[in-house]
Amino acid sequence: MGKYICDICGYVYEMGRGDPENGVETGTPFDEIDDDWVCPECGAGKDNFSPLD
Amino acid sequence: MKDTFKAVKIFDDVYWVGAIDWDVRQFHGYLTSRGTTYNAFLILADKITLIDTVKAPFADEMFARIASVVDPDKIDYIVSNHAEMDHSGSLPAAIEGIKPEKVFASKMGAKALGRHFDLPCDITVVSDGETLDLGSEKITFAETKMCHWPDSMITYQHGRQILFTQDAFGMHLAGFERYADEYDRAIVDYETAKYYANILMHLASFIDKALEKLGTLNLDISMIAPDHGPIRRTGEDIAGIINSYAKWSAQEPTGKVVVVYDSMWGSTARMAGAIGEGLSAGGAKAKLMSMSACHRSDVVTEILDAGGLVIGSATMNNDIQPAMADVTTYLGGLKPRNLAAGAFGSYGWSGEAPKNLQKWLTDLGLNVIADPLRVNYVPDADDLAKCRQFGVDIAKATLASLED
Repeated sequence: MGKYICDICGYVYEMGRGDPENGVETGTPFDEIDDDWVCPECGAGKDNFSPLD
Repeated sequence: MKDTFKAVKIFDDVYWVGAIDWDVRQFHGYLTSRGTTYNAFLILADKITLIDTVKAPFADEMFARIASVVDPDKIDYIVSNHAEMDHSGSLPAAIEGIKPEKVFASKMGAKALGRHFDLPCDITVVSDGETLDLGSEKITFAETKMCHWPDSMITYQHGRQILFTQDAFGMHLAGFERYADEYDRAIVDYETAKYYANILMHLASFIDKALEKLGTLNLDISMIAPDHGPIRRTGEDIAGIINSYAKWSAQEPTGKVVVVYDSMWGSTARMAGAIGEGLSAGGAKAKLMSMSACHRSDVVTEILDAGGLVIGSATMNNDIQPAMADVTTYLGGLKPRNLAAGAFGSYGWSGEAPKNLQKWLTDLGLNVIADPLRVNYVPDADDLAKCRQFGVDIAKATLASLED
């Protein structure tokens, strides 16, 4: 749980890691990330992410 | 047409059925000085398979080449490794004309093709690492996302050990010779580097992933067959391009410094000349590129293996000159790294251009080593001496970065 994959480039968002370099604190659930956050790898928007089993 | 445009035999069961575009020069901003080829390949296995197609205006040429070896109706499968229109443009016509049993693409490929075309059949999605049995032959697919688009995948033909790599490892070079070793080595090397710089430079992290995947798959590769330009078939050529991609993705700096500029009345060009003298005196290999004389895609190619970037513009209407806006937009998107950098320019009364260029360099995360160098109107002897020293300083910073 808490992992989402960027369908565009394959980057995986992990809640336990967050994306602190881009203002997403460690522990932030994917749903609570700001809508204007983008994939740190390829720049794709948040709606390009899918939950990873 | 099939008596004129013929398939080129690679093996008894593998043919090149692509198209040669001698005329194309503009490739979404990239100057393709030597034209290009759109490569499609035919595997004559029990299940006859077409790998990729060609740009739409060349569909007839592709069909003629196919027809020279096999009735197109006999093709069972089409594989789309990359949905970009120079490779998929003839796919609707191919599906219409061939009526294949199945068309294969990656998950993102199926999505992209669906957005490009109103296709009369479904695309069969293949997963990363999936192997397709063609009866007398097998092919395996490997996703190589963002090399060059999200859908990009490569296809490996087991029997002949050919890696069909779509855009990766390609080059824009038109010609009847199908193998890289049949061309002048310097031209092949330059066009390979130019292709990487203009198409893939900003995707370095994905290139690393793809190279890592290739390493893990540990394939025996007898040929690398990209979708543009000649095939690589010698061990030296195959290892060479893989090593080059690894080197370029790391963007290891060298002692070369590229000075990119535009001038209004010759003052900024004079500054560039003096900076070049200083760079050379300081031990760097300087290359001056005026945007009135050079194309943006050649600038990017020079920067691929540089260690420094000096960028200059006269101030015009309180900003940089239009040719500099062009090259900075293009180059910025390709995200050059590991460069010592500086900005300069002549001005009349406001002088924003060097500051704006300095900000651009800083925002790119480059190692900006000095304040912007500005000269009012026309450089005098003292100004030119400062420009020369500016060049010496940037040469020193560039060479120092090589020792880190």
